[in-house]
Amino acid sequence: MMENGFSSPRNDSFPAGLRVLVVDDDPTWLKILEKMLKKCSYEVTTCGLARHALSLLRERKGGYDIVISDVYMPDMDGFKLLEHVGLEMDLPVISRCACDLTVMSVDGETSRVMKGVQHGACDYLLKPIRMKELRNIWQHVFRKKIHEVRDIEILEGIEFQMTRNGSDQYEDGHFLCGEDLTLIKKRKDVESRHDEKDIGDNSSSKKARVVWSVELHQKFVKAVNEIGFDKVGPKKILDLMNVPRLTRENVASHLQKYRLYLSRLQKENDFNNPVGMIKQSDSPLSDSTGNFGSQNSVNLQDASNGCYGFSGSSLGVHNVDPRSHDGDRKRLVTAPVAEPKRGLTVDPPNPSKPRISQMEFGHPLAPPQSEVNFARFDFSFPTKYPWCGIPETQLKQGHDPLHLNDGFSRLPMPGQKQLSRADHPQPAPAISSATSSTERETGCPVKIKPSHNDYTSNANHASAVDSSPLQTKTKLTDHQAVLPTSSTENQGLNMNCLTDLESPRKNINLGTLPFATLDEDLQVCFVTGDYYMNLGLQNIEVQEYFDPTILTGVPTNLDDGLRFDYEIFDPTEYSLIDQSLFI
Amino acid sequence: MGLPLWMLGWGVDRLRADMSRLLAILFHQGVLDEQFLQLQQLQDESSPNFVSEVVNIYFHESEKLLRNLRGLLLDRDFSDYKQMGIHLIQFMGSSSSIGANRVRNVCVAFRAASEQNNRAG
Repeated sequence: MMENGFSSPRNDSFPAGLRVLVVDDDPTWLKILEKMLKKCSYEVTTCGLARHALSLLRERKGGYDIVISDVYMPDMDGFKLLEHVGLEMDLPVISRCACDLTVMSVDGETSRVMKGVQHGACDYLLKPIRMKELRNIWQHVFRKKIHEVRDIEILEGIEFQMTRNGSDQYEDGHFLCGEDLTLIKKRKDVESRHDEKDIGDNSSSKKARVVWSVELHQKFVKAVNEIGFDKVGPKKILDLMNVPRLTRENVASHLQKYRLYLSRLQKENDFNNPVGMIKQSDSPLSDSTGNFGSQNSVNLQDASNGCYGFSGSSLGVHNVDPRSHDGDRKRLVTAPVAEPKRGLTVDPPNPSKPRISQMEFGHPLAPPQSEVNFARFDFSFPTKYPWCGIPETQLKQGHDPLHLNDGFSRLPMPGQKQLSRADHPQPAPAISSATSSTERETGCPVKIKPSHNDYTSNANHASAVDSSPLQTKTKLTDHQAVLPTSSTENQGLNMNCLTDLESPRKNINLGTLPFATLDEDLQVCFVTGDYYMNLGLQNIEVQEYFDPTILTGVPTNLDDGLRFDYEIFDPTEYSLIDQSLFI
Repeated sequence: MGLPLWMLGWGVDRLRADMSRLLAILFHQGVLDEQFLQLQQLQDESSPNFVSEVVNIYFHESEKLLRNLRGLLLDRDFSDYKQMGIHLIQFMGSSSSIGANRVRNVCVAFRAASEQNNRAG
């Protein structure tokens, strides 16, 4: 995967040496961009044909860090290229377009931009391109890398290193991340490290991010159970959990996520497309969550039998069969971190199976999966089975969660969806619905999540089986509307959100079909709140990018500086221009 | 280059001055925009002829595009505005790359007419 980039020798002077592939059919632009990028100290490769670009990328996986592509190209639609790149390689892609087109239709630009983002573009630049915009593209690469690592909770170390510019540490950190990212192997280590850092990090980390480890989540769930879902409140949970250095806000945000998760489960059950939950498991292999997915997939098979053992074996992401997907999905929910928790999610697979049996399942999964993801999954309340009994009708949200889910589980075969759906007969979501106060939140995040996932997954899996309706797209708008509100609510989820959001996205980008769907689901479930936040953040990012572009339409006030007292040249003098220019 | 050899050394400064004037005029007239300045900034020791190279390429490409457009228009049965639109987009993009503002604006108008299937336009 692309994570190699991080460990490449250019670490000490990041972002210099960034390997960029430029795709554009216009040679004029190719030359200009090449020059600009070289000035930024990046390594540039230009390509005039999209087909050629794709083959270049395929030949050298890990050979490029980022791709800048024009959207209007003769041989292949720029958006399609976006999708391919996103699908096959975990590369950030920036799409470019002639800005003039915006003149034609006022909202043309926005919709085109949106289309670009929908297809998985990290950023969208308008022609003509400014140097300063290009200078910022390394952020995308960096951000992607960060998110891959984040799950492993090593991010903080890396970020810290980045700010200090300590190249040694940076490399170490990256090295670590790279290790972690290499799926399965280091799971245990990671997890144990994760656990340790769980509390410790809170105080030391600048971000004071709380890592919801398996144990922690178990405690949380236990506390919630004891209190009674209806009456649960962060303060009570906090007291019951009796974990030092855990703040009320941490609990509150976690609780919210949990509720969202439940509501998502419920929605999924209602619909035949259980999309959401499992998504997390699908996370890309490179991602720690990805590992999750692999495990989940294994579990899925079991799930059908009601057994949840998660086999740690890396999921051959691509080869996951539909059944496994379902299982994964379920697993993910529970699996990620807390095994016992898993049980809850496992429920779905076999409607007939008693919820309780699901509880058992959590364990096999084992920790190998990245902690971060696990933490999130803990959220999946395996122990929630009591809630399972809650009627599905609890769904408050008006929109169709299924659709949202559909968006997510693009990858899984429709059949899978059915299966998974059946499996989640009574999702715990009822719980969330039960809590009226949070319903709104849950409603929203759920919406958003799916739309978001849908969004990205659509982009990446254009060819996905997905039957999800266009509603997911519309959800996006909802999502956007909701974002502002959610962001205020989910302040505490900041860091987590970012990571969560990115993970699923990444998962999607990995294009591991089988996984993607599962992972997305899971992640979605878990981090509804997170997604929410992330989306908001992402939008913000996007906006930032756009603003400069807009500003670049600077009126040519050059005249001011260039006023000379000359007679006007007549056209014949233009020949002189030729001469002077070409000398 | 069309300049006598002896003029080369002596004329460099003068040429530079002329060029500045020319550029000023062009900017003033809106023929060029700030993108051209960007291009100039890109030129440095490692690529001393950057601007000229780019402009060269631009002219080359534009020539092709214009030829295509001309061909399309001359065809009495012309009805493929879509194709024309594609060419125009291409041309617009190219022009904006070097800051050929006016060309770009013309393209915009051209394209507007073409979108309305307004052949006369």
